[in-house]
Amino acid sequence: MIEQLIQKANDEVLEIIHNAQPVLIGIGKALDVIPDMTKKTILHAGPPIKWENMSGPLRGAVVGALIYEGLANTNEEAEKLASSGEISYAPCHHHSSVGPMAGVVSASMPVWMLQNKSYGNYAYCTLNEGLGKVLRYGANSSEVIDRLKWMEKVLAPVLKEALELCGTIDLKVMIAQAIQMGDEGHNRNKAGTSLLIRELAPYIVKTSYSSEDKEAVLKFMHSNDHFFLNLSMPACKCTLDAAANIKYSTIVTVQSRNGTEFGIRVSGLGDKWFTAPANFVKGLYFPGYTEEDANPDIGDSVITETAGIGGFAMAGAPAIVQFVGGTPKDAVNYTTSMYEVTHSESKSYVIPFLNFRGTPTGIDIRKVIETGILPIINTGVAHKNAGVGQVGAGLVYPPQKCYEDALETFVKEMEKEGVI
Amino acid sequence: MVSKCLIKANSYYDSVTLMIITKEVEAVTGVENAVVVMGTEHNKELLDNVGLLNDETSSATPNDLVIAVKLVDDGVFEDIVKKVEELLNKRKTDGDEDYCPRTIEGSIKNMPDSNLVIISIPGEYAGVEAKKALMNDKNVLLFSDNVSIEQEKELKELAVKRGLLMMGPDCGTACINNIPLAFANVVKKGNIGIVGASGTGTQEIMVQIDRFLGGVSQVIGTGGRDLKAEIGGLMMIQAIEALSVDEATEVIVLVSKPPAYEVAEKVLQALKKCGKKAVVDFIGGDEELIKKYGFIPATTLEDAAYKAVKLCNNSVEKVNKLECPEFDKPIEEIETLAKSEALKLSNKQKYLRGLFSGGTLCDETLKLFSKNVGDIYSNIPLSPEFKLTNKEKGNNNCAIDLGDDEYTVGRPHPMIDSYGRQQMILKQAEDEEVAILILDIVLGYGSNEDPAGSLVEQIKQAKKVFKARGQYLCVVAGICGTKGDPQVYDEQLSKLNEAGVIAMPSNAQAVRFAIRVLKEVL
Amino acid sequence: MSKVNELFNQDLKVINMGLKSFADELKEQGVSVIHTDWRPPAGGNTKMINLLNKLKSKTK
Repeated sequence: MIEQLIQKANDEVLEIIHNAQPVLIGIGKALDVIPDMTKKTILHAGPPIKWENMSGPLRGAVVGALIYEGLANTNEEAEKLASSGEISYAPCHHHSSVGPMAGVVSASMPVWMLQNKSYGNYAYCTLNEGLGKVLRYGANSSEVIDRLKWMEKVLAPVLKEALELCGTIDLKVMIAQAIQMGDEGHNRNKAGTSLLIRELAPYIVKTSYSSEDKEAVLKFMHSNDHFFLNLSMPACKCTLDAAANIKYSTIVTVQSRNGTEFGIRVSGLGDKWFTAPANFVKGLYFPGYTEEDANPDIGDSVITETAGIGGFAMAGAPAIVQFVGGTPKDAVNYTTSMYEVTHSESKSYVIPFLNFRGTPTGIDIRKVIETGILPIINTGVAHKNAGVGQVGAGLVYPPQKCYEDALETFVKEMEKEGVI
Repeated sequence: MVSKCLIKANSYYDSVTLMIITKEVEAVTGVENAVVVMGTEHNKELLDNVGLLNDETSSATPNDLVIAVKLVDDGVFEDIVKKVEELLNKRKTDGDEDYCPRTIEGSIKNMPDSNLVIISIPGEYAGVEAKKALMNDKNVLLFSDNVSIEQEKELKELAVKRGLLMMGPDCGTACINNIPLAFANVVKKGNIGIVGASGTGTQEIMVQIDRFLGGVSQVIGTGGRDLKAEIGGLMMIQAIEALSVDEATEVIVLVSKPPAYEVAEKVLQALKKCGKKAVVDFIGGDEELIKKYGFIPATTLEDAAYKAVKLCNNSVEKVNKLECPEFDKPIEEIETLAKSEALKLSNKQKYLRGLFSGGTLCDETLKLFSKNVGDIYSNIPLSPEFKLTNKEKGNNNCAIDLGDDEYTVGRPHPMIDSYGRQQMILKQAEDEEVAILILDIVLGYGSNEDPAGSLVEQIKQAKKVFKARGQYLCVVAGICGTKGDPQVYDEQLSKLNEAGVIAMPSNAQAVRFAIRVLKEVL
Repeated sequence: MSKVNELFNQDLKVINMGLKSFADELKEQGVSVIHTDWRPPAGGNTKMINLLNKLKSKTK
């Protein structure tokens, strides 16, 4: 009986995922558009966490955000405020949002607005600042703050108007194309970024802003291969959010890390987080850096794997091995191994090399425990100290404990209900 | 003496790989004892038995690798760990490997038109996987042992219901569509179908059929317990029924240890219903019952093969009057050779010692010896009063099945790895009363890549020891193999000859020759 | 019974699970074979195995 109940629920979850229609509808100010956002709210990546437990990059990002908001003038003031209890910290996930790396979102930040047209739910994400010393890696110097201000005052308004002229952008189609062009939507976004610029450029040109501003905006996007990440992530978020809270389902709807802990959520277990200490990434380090310098795994970007792209689509992005190590055959094998822990295959995101097979979609906690195969994640590595930036890239797995705890809770719930 | 251990979490390796690595570690100077195993309950008992179970090793899970050693000095432990890693990596890195799914479901998805599943995982898990295979309409070869008889019954009943083959548990040999599976030989294609409840028994019959210029259509294994009362011959009967409508099969051979009377009757009735000519070898069992049903009993495995080949072109009446030749070579040659071997023996020498890798070959030896000479001891004796009293070295006349459980705890099977037999050969050299050593050399897929070569050094060494004492060690070997086997038959033969071994083309002939030599001195 | 005879008339397509040498030897002979890199379920963790079993239907 129980097996059939679970099967039916999981089928339903996958149906919802397949039917998703993530669409970019505009840009707004966080305070205005993100549900329950306040002037003193700071959203962050990963499961809930207190200031005292935050790792270097996250702390640095919080400090930077407080200064950016004008709530503090110096780092010391910001740290005092951060630990004072006056600031409300909350996971992006609790507010229909996602954020890469530290994932800090504060009131004045401009955010992409997406809607899952099939189910009506929304998702939000900040615009990607670029590489190097940026807020999401915990940098908070005046350079960082200035850039954030420019994004607020120039980048966002230009893109907002361009979007108004353009209308909505179908992100499902764009991601599907990017996947077939050697992207995987998490660690490799070159194609997606190119497709986005291609789509928006004519409308940027038509906006009412100065030539300098338009040029700056285009150059900014062009200079950042990961610009599209901040769209692929919320696209996955609004896809999965619609599939949450399906009773009896063992499919994972959220995977996420805050730099200290890794957390997952399961559709049939509602809002419960299952957390454990985050792992360290195994991969290739930039010259001058080693594993000693790494921060534990951080960011909401693993929402991409959770939705069936990212590391799960590695077979279509063999160039990724130049950054994470291994051979192209390894990339294929990683994707192939994920079919053993997922419920189904994507109907939209297919990999030409695998005879156009859909990517493995819908992580089933039972299969993860039974096979001992943990979901693979392709990710960047942050320096453990705030503000240094990315020090490498590689592969990482969620802690087994998250999945074991989720399974144990699931069985207890089923026993409580009397279906076992 | 110091004990050291290392646990490698989440590192699963198969038992054969680990046993071979254990052997290599034990060969390192300064190592008194080594155990390299997965952390299963069963293996923890093993560790306990050799005093290597401690808090650390007992906390290991079945998915963790345990490296535990007793050392003369602990300085060498680091090197040992390095060596183990090297050996593990040597076996794992195969370059650009195809993806190997972790589960049977994954494999079935990747090969939906698969028709046979071969299972050789630990027994406590094997039954569940076999059932999954059957439920997915796949035929099964279950090599694993330590599967309960209740599970075996459930699996076979399910297989019969679904019209599938459920070969095993403990099925070591099969040859389907002329493809050798697990431990099996390359045999010519022909019209003889074999159904065997005994591994090396089946192999010997297969190779002898090939030697007598016949061929096989299908060779179906049933596992050793199929003809027990609880199972009632379910799979043998299923196989007989399949062969009865198989156009390629004209003659059937059944081989098994003597079954219970009711089961024998059931099987013979099914065979009768099948309507094809058949040879039945219940290895020393009731011949009358077989004759009553109109089938031909066999006196040895070689004889079963001989009669089966003859049956292809002759009537039952005719074949009943035939006798498999005692030897290939002319009898005068055999007699001369036997006499010359016997002459070299000294007065004290009077015993025969059989060191076998194949259980049924050992059993056949016991039966031939008791019938023609007298008492013979064994770890698988014909009757309890002849249970081997000296397990380490053997006693009196004896034939030892070195593939039996008590000799293979933590060690690979002697058909794969010759270490156990090498040691036994050297131990025989210490005994002045030993006259003849008899060995089986089993070729074919699954076996050691050089069975003869792996024993010749110890054979030569043993012969040297006897010579130094003014004695002579006569060594006889029966080769169970064909010219088609991957180990080159003629090379195996010449290696044996070069070491002074009298090589015979069948187990029966090897035993008969050994008996002739022995009779000369008795 | 008929499925066994079907097998006799088909090309062997084998799934191997356990000793890799069996798969290697079949490959050598040109037989279509897929090797399963089997591990004990749930890494042998009995607590997890029991939990998983509770979510499975009773054997039919």
